[in-house]
Amino acid sequence: MSLDDLLPPITLTLSLAAITAFLLLLVGVPIAWGLSRWRWSGREVVAAIVALPLVLPPTVLGFYLLLMLGPNGPGGALAGLWGGRTLAFSFPGLVIGSVIYSLPFMVQPVRNAFEAIGERPLEVAATLRAGPWDRFVTVALPLARAGILSGAVLAFAHTVGEFGVVLMIGGNIPGKTKVLSLAMYDYVEGLQWGEAHVLAAGMVVFSFVVIAATMLLERRLRRVAQ
Amino acid sequence: MRGLSVSFAGQRGGFALDAGFEAPGSGVTALFGPSGSGKTSVLRGIAGLERFTGRCVLGDEVWQDDKIFLPAHRRAVGYVFQEASLFPHLTVRKNLEFGLRRTQVKPTIGFDEAVALLGLDRLLARGPDTLSGGERQRVALGRALLSQPKLLLLDEPMSALDRDAKDEILPYFEGLRGALSLPVLLVTHDIAEVERLADHLILMRNGSVSGAGPLNDMLVGGALGLKTAREAASVLRGTVAGYDADDGLSVIGVGGQRLLIAGRAGEPGAAVRVRIAARDVSLAAEKPSATTILNILAVTIAAIEPVSEAEAIVTLKLGDDTMLARVTLRSVRQLGLQAGQAVFAQVKGVSLVAGANG
Repeated sequence: MSLDDLLPPITLTLSLAAITAFLLLLVGVPIAWGLSRWRWSGREVVAAIVALPLVLPPTVLGFYLLLMLGPNGPGGALAGLWGGRTLAFSFPGLVIGSVIYSLPFMVQPVRNAFEAIGERPLEVAATLRAGPWDRFVTVALPLARAGILSGAVLAFAHTVGEFGVVLMIGGNIPGKTKVLSLAMYDYVEGLQWGEAHVLAAGMVVFSFVVIAATMLLERRLRRVAQ
Repeated sequence: MRGLSVSFAGQRGGFALDAGFEAPGSGVTALFGPSGSGKTSVLRGIAGLERFTGRCVLGDEVWQDDKIFLPAHRRAVGYVFQEASLFPHLTVRKNLEFGLRRTQVKPTIGFDEAVALLGLDRLLARGPDTLSGGERQRVALGRALLSQPKLLLLDEPMSALDRDAKDEILPYFEGLRGALSLPVLLVTHDIAEVERLADHLILMRNGSVSGAGPLNDMLVGGALGLKTAREAASVLRGTVAGYDADDGLSVIGVGGQRLLIAGRAGEPGAAVRVRIAARDVSLAAEKPSATTILNILAVTIAAIEPVSEAEAIVTLKLGDDTMLARVTLRSVRQLGLQAGQAVFAQVKGVSLVAGANG
């Protein structure tokens, strides 16, 4: 057993999860805000589309993503911009897939948090001369911060645990797309129990620490006035 | 400054609003009526939180008309909601600064001034969740004032408070009248609040305005049904004439006559308002001599109206002022009371409803 073999999947997984969580903050928070505020008939359709990855088998999602990221899909066109042929079997492809796959884990808690604020604090802010963007940044975001933290952590953790989608679109290329869950699978397949044990136990400890830390932080965020 | 001119029409659920009124550019105007009469909708419309068709003009600023609808954050209102609605993520200090930091105009009331006026200095570092109901409402009032409003809107600011908290905060609302020249629109369904705070009264029923005018005219005028209610009262303006230290009584000049009130009402010359309940006034054809009643006023009967099988409300003229007496029909008959007659009003109870700035 060597650390050199274990390390690449771990760093790859952590950077994939971190980038995914960050992008989901940028994408998911506005979507959640829209879903919680806009009163239009198509709202629940958007909500259902966002929630689809919760119920779709990962392989189905992976299949469609593969088509979209491949040479004949929009992903291929995008890759053409910098001379590539396809986004499938690449790290950027994994990021795109993970963002879509983990979207509901970000949107749902944030939407709930925005809805829990109610109209009143935003109305108060409006009567105190705060415009719409000002209200969003100085009232809505801080009041929803516990939900936003939950969403980011869930998205991060969900990306770490992803298997089916990354297998379909990533192709399990060592150092490029071979993430932790795939490495784990390979070790077990190859009867390398030692490595599997290290990875599995490491994941248990890591997950516990992340969840405990999040819960403590969330409780603080809900309490404190600054 | 010229006043507020409002006319709103619209439908909200099963409720139809069709209300128009003018409010003076200074003093406290009470928007009074039973719950569900549309008072809060009007206030929200003025603040720009709700959009009805119609117009809303403050002085020479048009906030809404056929073409214009300024969003809430562009209107110079201070709004105090029924529940204080402080920002839970900000300390008292940052709550107070929220509007102050965003105002475009040169502040006429500064941070320190508002803190002193409302007694907030010991609360500044605390979070809203550690405050009592009365304290929260004081902070909300300070926050609204610091946004430098041209019009202060108070939406039943005391109705969510218990009696103790109400007694604690009322003096602050009264203090505002003297400290600021700001026009205030107060929504309330509590006649005691009206008598204590208001200079003008707008009565609302079922989504429309059923009457408007100076406070006492409205209380003693027939149109509103206030005078025939059991708790009918008149609120008169007076001036402190002096204090009799031997008896512990203040002398108040009202309508050219004198009223005695227990306790020290204020410095000589101070303006006060006194409330006289119709039930506490009895009438005599001749000036009574041997009586424990201190206050006997020479008045003229303006009108006598039966309000039940047994009782009548008598409208009395006291100089230019008007007050009410609730007496039995039997007494009216036995004394032969009629309009135009000069009689003596024995006032059993007088209360000071507002202090030095009333």
